[in-house]
Amino acid sequence: MQNDCGCNCNKTEDKRYAELKAYIDSVKDSQGITMTVLQEAQRIFGYLPLEVQKFISENIGVPIAELYGIATFYSQFAITPKGKHHIGICLGTACYVRGAQKVMDKVVEELNIGVGETTQDGLFTIDATRCLGCCGLAPVMMIDDDVYGKLDNVDVIPAILEKYRG
Amino acid sequence: MENVQKVNVTINGIAVSVPKDYTVLLAAKAAGIDIPTLCYLKDINEIAACRVCVVEADINGVPMRNLPASCVLQVQEGMNIRTNTAKVRKAVRNNVELILANHNRECLTCRRNGSCELQKLCDELGIADVPFDGAKRKAVVDDLSHSIIRDSSKCILCGRCISTCKNVQGIGVLDFTNRGFNTEVAPAFDYSMRDVDCVFCGQCINACPVAALREKPYIDQVWEAIEDPDKFVVVQTAPAVRAALGEEFGLPVGTPVTGKMVAALRRIGFDKVFDTNFSADLTILEEGTELLNRVTKGGTLPMITSCSPGWIRFCEINYPDFLDNLSTCKSPQQMFGALVKSYYAEKFNIDPKKIVSVSVMPCVSKKTEATRPEMEVDGNRDIDIVLTTRELGDMIKQARINFLALPDEEDDSILGDYTGAAVIFGTTGGVMEAALRTVADILTGENLTSIEYDDVRGLEGVKEASVTLPINGTPTEIKVAVAHGTANAAKVLDAVRAGEKDYHFIEVMACPGGCVHGGGQPHVSAKARLDVNPKANRANALYSEDERLVLRKSHDNPEVKKLYEDYLKEPNGHLSHKLLHTHYHKREVYCPQE
Repeated sequence: MQNDCGCNCNKTEDKRYAELKAYIDSVKDSQGITMTVLQEAQRIFGYLPLEVQKFISENIGVPIAELYGIATFYSQFAITPKGKHHIGICLGTACYVRGAQKVMDKVVEELNIGVGETTQDGLFTIDATRCLGCCGLAPVMMIDDDVYGKLDNVDVIPAILEKYRG
Repeated sequence: MENVQKVNVTINGIAVSVPKDYTVLLAAKAAGIDIPTLCYLKDINEIAACRVCVVEADINGVPMRNLPASCVLQVQEGMNIRTNTAKVRKAVRNNVELILANHNRECLTCRRNGSCELQKLCDELGIADVPFDGAKRKAVVDDLSHSIIRDSSKCILCGRCISTCKNVQGIGVLDFTNRGFNTEVAPAFDYSMRDVDCVFCGQCINACPVAALREKPYIDQVWEAIEDPDKFVVVQTAPAVRAALGEEFGLPVGTPVTGKMVAALRRIGFDKVFDTNFSADLTILEEGTELLNRVTKGGTLPMITSCSPGWIRFCEINYPDFLDNLSTCKSPQQMFGALVKSYYAEKFNIDPKKIVSVSVMPCVSKKTEATRPEMEVDGNRDIDIVLTTRELGDMIKQARINFLALPDEEDDSILGDYTGAAVIFGTTGGVMEAALRTVADILTGENLTSIEYDDVRGLEGVKEASVTLPINGTPTEIKVAVAHGTANAAKVLDAVRAGEKDYHFIEVMACPGGCVHGGGQPHVSAKARLDVNPKANRANALYSEDERLVLRKSHDNPEVKKLYEDYLKEPNGHLSHKLLHTHYHKREVYCPQE
């Protein structure tokens, strides 16, 4: 079914919208709810596309431009869908001097996407991170909750990525 | 004098006693000391973003940390402020240099050359060099709408447009997006202002200190038409233009310049110089008749005025359930255009295809209104080109006309006569007052002499009034409301929707203060606005012209009477509906992009 605006988002059947609406209703009477509603939406949808921001705007009365401003300011929010597996490559000082850029270049080359982007098959998103808190293992990469340290030899990277393709 | 609690502070060695809710900036002003500002817009944008108004301060001898921004620093007893120290001068200079480092400095060819607040500040600070030669943020120019251009290369991220749109107008089209070096003031998801909930009121343009927001220019098209010997170029000027045009030539804010404006238009080369005031009077007859019909025959009430295209767009986007409440009358601009290419063309045997219909408006939304598909009759567009007051000022300068030395001239007939009722259309409450003058006469069958409706005058956001008039033989209380600025319009509509308020007639103008403070009017700097109120000054110019005129009721306009006798026959008649009335539709915004 097409909506008035020409889109097919069908908010009535998508129960994620009902979940978000229930959350909004539970906090509606408090002040300064914009941030928490965006966080909840990010949790439910995994990212904050136009349709979701429109829905939030209509329900909490905050202009879309303001929501978008917040969503593009804080790195905790995503505007485009994130991949199933999140690759974080530390570009903090210790990792950097130990060759983190080479790790990054290898991952970028293997997945053929840029930093902050998601592969076409929706499997991987690459992010550059700050210190992951294990400088002794530099250079470090994390995939989801798994830590891969001492990646001096970047040739091991394709095999690591392969593990997540299964 | 109320007993305001005062505090004693010292500014540059001068002791002053000021109200305790004053900021240091206002206290300095009271002491006759000028502190430079850039992002500051009194009561609208006080966010200490630009760091141009910083000062050194100590409280009872204890120095404050760093250099606080005076626009948000509240005075305290015993505060000692210094605005002119080496440290302050260096910091301010540095901050401005950093702004300039990321600013498109094409000042000589910039729209705001001469009216730019940043340019003026650089001059005052004696900035001789921009020592920082770094990267510049990506330039985005959004010129897709017919009304407003957004140019990020000029933007200095002061936030004045954001605050104005969000807090004054209650819309919030623009906001800071992304972060750090990549920060850009823009609508969400890189949408064009054309495709979002922008109503093109242009209040953001009035708020912008630079040329990051400006009107879409159409001057070249007008010159081209004037140069073309095959074209018959006519011009109309809205009531509010004459109250502000003089400011482009250094006259005080709100100096009426009607006669000089007409003379200038003739010298520019327009074939006929007419007046939107004529069709403002006509609007009153059409809209007044429509109101009487709705009241006596049980039509949709409250009826709401339809002169302001920003308001119409606001209603279409945000309050589509009120579309039947809108008067079906086209705005005076469009009515006028429709008549030029029909009534006037027929009377003087001119091919309407050769007529170029130009309007000069205090408004940028009018540029978009003129392009609405339905705004044409028999394939002839009502209006071909819309200029702002500022653009007319530019044309007069380009034509090398010595504006201040011009004689006063009169509009051409047969679309140039007007009454005082039409003149006040340009300010909030004016359309309502004009309508009441006519409706009251019609309903009482008398020529009433009490015609000034003070309740609907002034700058209060929402004004209410009631008059008792005989309807179908029974004295009936007619309740009216006037709202200016879209946030106030929303308040009134919400109250009507909730059943809390019950009116017969509502006047809405999209801009705060009405057309006199429209987005196409001459710029008044943030600093100048501390001393003058452009809304009030320009409104006074219109009210004084109204008082000066002999005819002050729309139905007394001799040329409008003749128009009905010779052509339209009767208000809301068949021909009126064809030429002068229109319809509205719900508008979706932020639609998914391809």
